[in-house]
Amino acid sequence: MAKRELTPINAGSMADIAFLLLIFFLVTTTMDVDTGLMRGLPPIPDKDAPEPQDKIRERNVFVVKINKFDQLLVENKPMDIHDLRESAKDFIANPEDKDNLPQKDYKEIDFFGRVYVPKNPVISLQNDRGTSYGTYLIVQNELLAAKNELRNDISLQTFGIKYDDLDEDKQNAVKKYYSSVLSEAEPKNIGGGK
Amino acid sequence: MSKFKKDGKKSVENINTASLPDIVFMLLFFFMTTTVMREVDLKVNIRLPNATEAKTLEKKDLVSYIYIGEPAGPYQKMFGTEPRIQLNDQFKNVADIQDFIAQERDAMNEADQAKMSVSMKVDSKTKMGVISDVKLALRRASALKLNYAAVKSETLE
Repeated sequence: MAKRELTPINAGSMADIAFLLLIFFLVTTTMDVDTGLMRGLPPIPDKDAPEPQDKIRERNVFVVKINKFDQLLVENKPMDIHDLRESAKDFIANPEDKDNLPQKDYKEIDFFGRVYVPKNPVISLQNDRGTSYGTYLIVQNELLAAKNELRNDISLQTFGIKYDDLDEDKQNAVKKYYSSVLSEAEPKNIGGGK
Repeated sequence: MSKFKKDGKKSVENINTASLPDIVFMLLFFFMTTTVMREVDLKVNIRLPNATEAKTLEKKDLVSYIYIGEPAGPYQKMFGTEPRIQLNDQFKNVADIQDFIAQERDAMNEADQAKMSVSMKVDSKTKMGVISDVKLALRRASALKLNYAAVKSETLE
């Protein structure tokens, strides 16, 4: 009776409880991260809004068409998908100032000063309803890659680091240097089918 | 010999398991912090296409998912093999997308609503027809931030 007992709390079952929780999280966990291509959609045009007046000149537009057999027609010539990136790069940058590629103009940009760059190149993408999504995504990827590669190059040249590592102001400047707009036409439905 | 030994009756001591809970807890916390709960049961088969420019999707709670692909095995009897749209846990039609977006948007707090984006997880063999319809529906619902889910890869194909 007089003897004081000092029994420690039995912590043996703690491990069991923790194991139980551990197994629960092990089972429910998914380690994969979501990756993907971020692209914007154009808003539905306002019916009352006036039609845009200035017509875009043909040399400023890069037309990419994909048919239902997943074949590419770029600027009215068939093209292999592996050549698309280079030719899109040529179009966005127009390094030799050709007159069938986008018009260039002098532009004032932070960090770069006065530069001679293409003015508003537009890439127009048109697909068929029968085009497969895989091909469509590769085309989107190549067009995006062309722009990203150009931006990366100019960033490495000017700042010595990759575009992704630049701070926001510099990124915006680079964005202005090489910009292109992707415009997607409503898909054609040639040959019917869903 | 030592103070703690009792009379030398036993020669084999038990292994001390006092640190076992600590180790297990450490693992537990690791999994708790890295875990993402599986949100939906996929009812469609999806093989995502590869892309070299794929970027990691940030702020997952602001992303809504649209799944498109052919119905998985047990559902093929009922829904056939034509690609179908899955929203949350159900097969839906293009017409339901606007409601779905409105619902998802309502579930967010107001400050985040503008940052809402939609990720389309589409099987690479799907035809563009249905995807174009979905895109038009998204434009109508003014959900204009679209993400095409793809697997990051170093080379094409």
